[in-house]
Amino acid sequence: MSAYAVDKNLGAALMTDSATMNQPIITAKDVQVFYGDKQALKDISLDILPRQVTSFIGPSGCGKTTFLRCINRMNDLIDICRVEGDIRIEGSDIYDPGVDVVALRAHVGMVFQKPNPFPKSIFENVAYGPRIHGMAKDKTDLQEIVEKSLKRAGLWNEVNDRLDLPGTGLSGGQQQRLCIARAIAVEPKVILMDEPCSALDPIATARIEELIDELRENFTIIIVTHSMQQAARVSQQTAFFHLGELVEKGETDQIFTAPKDERTQNYITGRIG
Amino acid sequence: MESAHIVKSFDGDLKQIESLLLEMGGMVETQIADAVTALIQRDVELGEKVRAADKKIDVLETRIDDLVIRLLALRQPMAEDLRSVVCALKVSSNLERIGDYAKNIAKRTSVLATWQPTKSSINTIKRMSKLVQDMVHDVLNAYLARDAGTAEDLRLRDEEVDQMHNTLFRELLTYMMEDPRNITPCMHLLFIAKNIERMGDHTTGIAEQVYYLVEGSLPEDDRPKGDVTSYMSVDPDGQAKQD
Repeated sequence: MSAYAVDKNLGAALMTDSATMNQPIITAKDVQVFYGDKQALKDISLDILPRQVTSFIGPSGCGKTTFLRCINRMNDLIDICRVEGDIRIEGSDIYDPGVDVVALRAHVGMVFQKPNPFPKSIFENVAYGPRIHGMAKDKTDLQEIVEKSLKRAGLWNEVNDRLDLPGTGLSGGQQQRLCIARAIAVEPKVILMDEPCSALDPIATARIEELIDELRENFTIIIVTHSMQQAARVSQQTAFFHLGELVEKGETDQIFTAPKDERTQNYITGRIG
Repeated sequence: MESAHIVKSFDGDLKQIESLLLEMGGMVETQIADAVTALIQRDVELGEKVRAADKKIDVLETRIDDLVIRLLALRQPMAEDLRSVVCALKVSSNLERIGDYAKNIAKRTSVLATWQPTKSSINTIKRMSKLVQDMVHDVLNAYLARDAGTAEDLRLRDEEVDQMHNTLFRELLTYMMEDPRNITPCMHLLFIAKNIERMGDHTTGIAEQVYYLVEGSLPEDDRPKGDVTSYMSVDPDGQAKQD
């Protein structure tokens, strides 16, 4: 049985001590993904360190988003998609048949390319998750969770006087921060971000990057980005994917100043795409 | 740089920076040779020419700086490209300093031309400067060929320059002890020797940059340093000693 089936509130108790900082929170071994008979990922083995930002980079179609979506089993939603291999979060196999996928996705939150707030009020957008997961004792408790999440997402000061207005009425950057507040309201361990800034202007992008830097104190973040500069700015670890393979993974500083693999070098210097 | 960038003008920019740097290096080599020739042959006119030519080196440095800054802003280079432009920035500043030292040697030509030369010192200066000039030549070739091995060797060759500087320092101190009338020319020669010794250090700095450009990290070991003149003194009976 997986931990996710038993304890839905694991995330709240996560605050691991520094001794475990260098132990990977996510371990993937020999992961293969197929869409029908086409293989999208080949033998991916990768460790993700806790409370660090890891960025996945690579040309379009290289498999980075596919791999990201394996981590919270979003690929289950695609009929022809088949995942093989072993992915564990804190030692628990997330592809174990006993895993409650809904609970898993509360532990592994996701933020998408295009901000996608629910067509509900700002308050309800954030309150929805904690409510369905039974995380709030009463109404006051729920209000506190909403306020705390909006504050952590750096949005509270901009919206605290209009929590009843629809989330879809906010600007693009605010909507994206609302989606981040919604993701962190259920106290996930891991936040997956799939090109979270590609639809935003430079100022809104800067706000999200600043936020990512703050959030890594408490969360493990994996970000897929097409902006090499963004990957260099926000992440501590970088993994480079190419044609379904994990080519190179290492400290971000090293990848962007002195990559070991020629393919990484060629991609980040703009020689292959 | 085996394959080309998708954006072709990027390659053009990098190429331009590289060729300006080599042009600058060539000019610096000539400046060293001319400055020392002017000194040895007491050619005040050539000395003046060297002083004037230094401005061209400064102009090249500014052009390289501008191109690098523009490239950093527009292309946001990564990996080898990033190392290559940062290296160009540092190398150009090292070359500019070497040029300044050559100019300073040239400035002293007119004073020294009026004094009786101390033959053995002049010979040592000639050999020292030839050594440094060759080092500058070789380090630029290593840069062009992306040759970390040669760059590594160059770091070691600088020790020879340091040794010559030590010898000269001791010798000049002794001459000054012997006859106070030697003090003026010897002081100038001492500064000239120091200038050449510093040129060697800057060349070593360039060699380290070339190593970084190729390997992605600076050489780990400390380079051997042979300059001991900071600890030298002469006792009243004219014997140089070293603490």
